[in-house]
Amino acid sequence: MSSDAPVTTDRDSEVEAEAAPRGEKAVVGRTVTVNRPREEVYAFWRDVPNLATVMENIERIDTIDEGRSHWVVKAPAGKTVEWDSVVTDDEPGRLIAWQSVEGSDVKSSGKVEFLDAAPGRGTMIRATFAYDPPAGVIGEWVAKIFQREPEIQTRRDLRRLKQYLETGEITSSASPSGRKSESATEQAL
Amino acid sequence: MRAITWQGRHKVQVDTVPDPEIVNPRDAIIKVSSTAICGSDLHLYDGYIPTMRAGDILGHEFMGEVVETGPKSTLQKGQRVVVPFTISCGGCFHCGKEQFAACDNANPATTTDMSETLYGYPMGGAFGYAHLTGGYAGGQADFVRVPYSDVGPIAIPDGLEDDKVLFLSDILPTGWMAAENAQIEEGDTVAIWGCGPVGLFAVQSALLQGAHRVIAIDHYPRRLELAGQMGAETLNYHDTDIREALFEMTGGIGPDACIDCVGMESHGMGIDNLIDTVKAHTFLGTDRPAALRQAILSCRKGGRLSIPGVYGGMADKFPIGALMEKGLSLKSGQTHVQKYTQLLLDLIADDKIDTTFLISHRGRLEDGPALYKHWHDDQNEYTKIVLKPQMA
Repeated sequence: MSSDAPVTTDRDSEVEAEAAPRGEKAVVGRTVTVNRPREEVYAFWRDVPNLATVMENIERIDTIDEGRSHWVVKAPAGKTVEWDSVVTDDEPGRLIAWQSVEGSDVKSSGKVEFLDAAPGRGTMIRATFAYDPPAGVIGEWVAKIFQREPEIQTRRDLRRLKQYLETGEITSSASPSGRKSESATEQAL
Repeated sequence: MRAITWQGRHKVQVDTVPDPEIVNPRDAIIKVSSTAICGSDLHLYDGYIPTMRAGDILGHEFMGEVVETGPKSTLQKGQRVVVPFTISCGGCFHCGKEQFAACDNANPATTTDMSETLYGYPMGGAFGYAHLTGGYAGGQADFVRVPYSDVGPIAIPDGLEDDKVLFLSDILPTGWMAAENAQIEEGDTVAIWGCGPVGLFAVQSALLQGAHRVIAIDHYPRRLELAGQMGAETLNYHDTDIREALFEMTGGIGPDACIDCVGMESHGMGIDNLIDTVKAHTFLGTDRPAALRQAILSCRKGGRLSIPGVYGGMADKFPIGALMEKGLSLKSGQTHVQKYTQLLLDLIADDKIDTTFLISHRGRLEDGPALYKHWHDDQNEYTKIVLKPQMA
């Protein structure tokens, strides 16, 4: 690497692939600053079921034990895709890494680092997700969920996380319109 | 409830739509007593703003009575409040710096992708102003859902009628911030392009902030007359070469500060503007910065530019050379309304600022579509329109 740039911003996909711990094909990285203390932001993420509150496509996350969780993710036509995830690294206040267990329909790894922003400016969350969509029908669903616009999905999820931690709620513009087909609380887009 | 909805270019109508509901804990619902049509609503009316959808409820200048509150709203039912057009969370870095219009959180995650692509970072949230800024329903309606209601709305003391305080929602703070961004110093001459509502409030604000002289520029006689009443010297660009006039009036120095209260739909007499117009109508370009070009060329060396006028895209023939070689400094931006509401409410209560002179026409919601057309077609007589949804 020739500079201090995060690897996921490299124009060379082979450099970017260094961020995939198990050789997954797709890698997404995104950093967001949250105006809250590092310990608080870490604690929110470490309580893994919290992520279902801020991530759009997750139906629920169940805790199995200290290091393992069960993820239920929405798929088209009312179906779901499920897998177990295990924490592979945990440095309190600093870093959490996880992987889907061997044999899951979805092979994925993730890492989130919690860095101090400038004094008084909270915490930088640097998230990196890597995954391989599986084959078959489920694979097509998963590709739709993750691969269509994985970067957009990631940045939207991190925005919701930031909103929730900074404001206590997830911002919504749900409001009436003159469009006949929409209810008063339908999402704006 | 009733609401004025946008249906397409030059088409708005009064629709019956569902009532708004409390969605989040910090929400409140306001029953609208007064709501204005803004000059920037004309940009929507003219179809210049992308991401409008047929059926969107218009209006970002409104006030009324609190009729419902979420569990974390700090408002009380029955309170009379003016609501800033900017929606701001109060908890992010920008809100902490009183840059309320730059709020990181008030624009929902699903509507920020486009402005992030266009501008590098996502825009904040606003009422009744396209899906770029969140797609929030606006205030030209019987009721409005107000998110983060503990941050924006300002309670109005009894005895101050609606027409005196309604413009705290947008145009008065916008005129005030425009003057503040001009960083006025003792002895300054301030030139202001555009004598619409924001320009007229910028005239008042510049004088209150210590300008020695204010020179106001427009082509509508009625608006220039109002600027004159506010204490400005006036120039009509149909009759006068503006740069030459400003040069002569300032003894060859130029105005110390120049404020562009016109924005992207600038008229003007130059060939450059004619080309811009053609390009805008053929979708080859959007913004027509004729006033801004003139301001940059007219401003004195080392002077200051303030741009409250709304722009959306790219500008052609931007005199970057004049900007750099003269050493101008430039401030711009949507208004950080919440930063100014208390200060300006106090000035209104002390009779230091009058806003009612501006209102030329009042009507019911049902009069809205016709009034939009008049406002668009006759900007000389129609200086400001206020709708009263509860009026019989």
